Amino acid sequence: MSKEPKEPLFSKKNKKLVTEPLADNNPITVQVLGICSALAITVQVNQAIVMSLSVLFVMMVGNVVISLLRNLIPSRIRIIVQLVVVAALVIVVNEVLAAYMPDISEKLSVFVGLIITNCIIMGRFEAFAMANKPWPSLIDGFGNAMGYAILLIIVSVFRELFGSGTLMGFQIFGDYIAGDGLYQYGYANNNLMILPPMALIIVGVIIWVQRAKNPALIEEH
Amino acid sequence: MESTLDIFVKAIFSENMIFAYFLGMCSYLAVSKTVKTAVGLGAAVIFVLVVTVPVNYLLENYLLKEGALAWLGDEYKEIDLSFLSFIMFIAVVASIVQLVEMLVEKFAPALYGALGIFLPLIAVNCSILGGALFMQERQYSTILDATAFSLGSGIGWFIAIVAIAAIREKIRYSKVPPPLRGLGITFIITGLMGMAFMSFMGIKYGKEEPKSDSAKIEKTNKK
Repeated sequence: MSKEPKEPLFSKKNKKLVTEPLADNNPITVQVLGICSALAITVQVNQAIVMSLSVLFVMMVGNVVISLLRNLIPSRIRIIVQLVVVAALVIVVNEVLAAYMPDISEKLSVFVGLIITNCIIMGRFEAFAMANKPWPSLIDGFGNAMGYAILLIIVSVFRELFGSGTLMGFQIFGDYIAGDGLYQYGYANNNLMILPPMALIIVGVIIWVQRAKNPALIEEH
Repeated sequence: MESTLDIFVKAIFSENMIFAYFLGMCSYLAVSKTVKTAVGLGAAVIFVLVVTVPVNYLLENYLLKEGALAWLGDEYKEIDLSFLSFIMFIAVVASIVQLVEMLVEKFAPALYGALGIFLPLIAVNCSILGGALFMQERQYSTILDATAFSLGSGIGWFIAIVAIAAIREKIRYSKVPPPLRGLGITFIITGLMGMAFMSFMGIKYGKEEPKSDSAKIEKTNKK
């Protein structure tokens, strides 16, 4: 992709870099990247948001750094160089989280560290940042991280709302322990939602809905 | 204390890398189209996990942990390098994968033919780094326990990917709704398999634990 020097900052092509990953080229449901961490931390909306912000930061900064270094990295050792860049950024994120949000950081536990091997990040480095200038890379990082964030938040809203009856910690259906609100009419939380397999099934259903709306994405088998 | 055998069995079944923690999902979904390649990747994952986790265990205990540098002398006792663990672990994983690839190519060409193409993929497989990070978080007391954990996780991952590959081979002959074909149905099957694997949570481990079944379920819920 060569770019004319006078191209405006928010040209059509750049806008597309943001909007495509949000739906038609979503990193999780279409590119199938970064699922490892996406599912494990969607029990609560709070965790999902913190995780998305961490990925957003790592992705944007990492994409720019790799894009700046792209002509200096020998292609044989590029994986290690990319891993070192991501690992350094993730250490920063982890230390910040541990300092300012200790309880969320504890709940995310190893999954912050696993951002390093999050396939979205490595995938975008390989597919985009290694071949493009810093500015489009930054936008690409933003778009893909937002696509990741949207899916994470949708999944976590379902799981938290139906699993624990709360959203971001606020009780939606009334107090479960006191048994008021909806609970006095016999409503019960669906504990299955909190368990890991449900995350997979929710993502499966999201993929189903998305492909039903956009038949171009349907696979042959 | 859990016995080494408990750790091993737990890592295969109730704390299966795929079904309980979703680690290594990317390659799990991408390479599970046929049983043959799934077996190759699964074997490579077992191999690399068993090699890297003990190495990272030594690093963690003799270099990174708070007070781990005590063997250098008293003035190093206070040093806590644990913030460096991510970068150390990933460097170890990436370099060992390279090393293993070269060694296997030299000394076992037949094995290289089978595993070769999968080895580079594995450096960025979450389950390998995840193994190292879980080892760090759970603080296994001996290197034997850590090795048992890594072998168990590897076998658990192997079982999971071979099972899904077998199902995907068969499902080709079924009538799946078009929008669910491929990725969607794989997700849902994995979810159902995960539910089946959850029944292993009822296994009694060791002597101390028999009453804490509900506590264990709660612990899993939090994660």
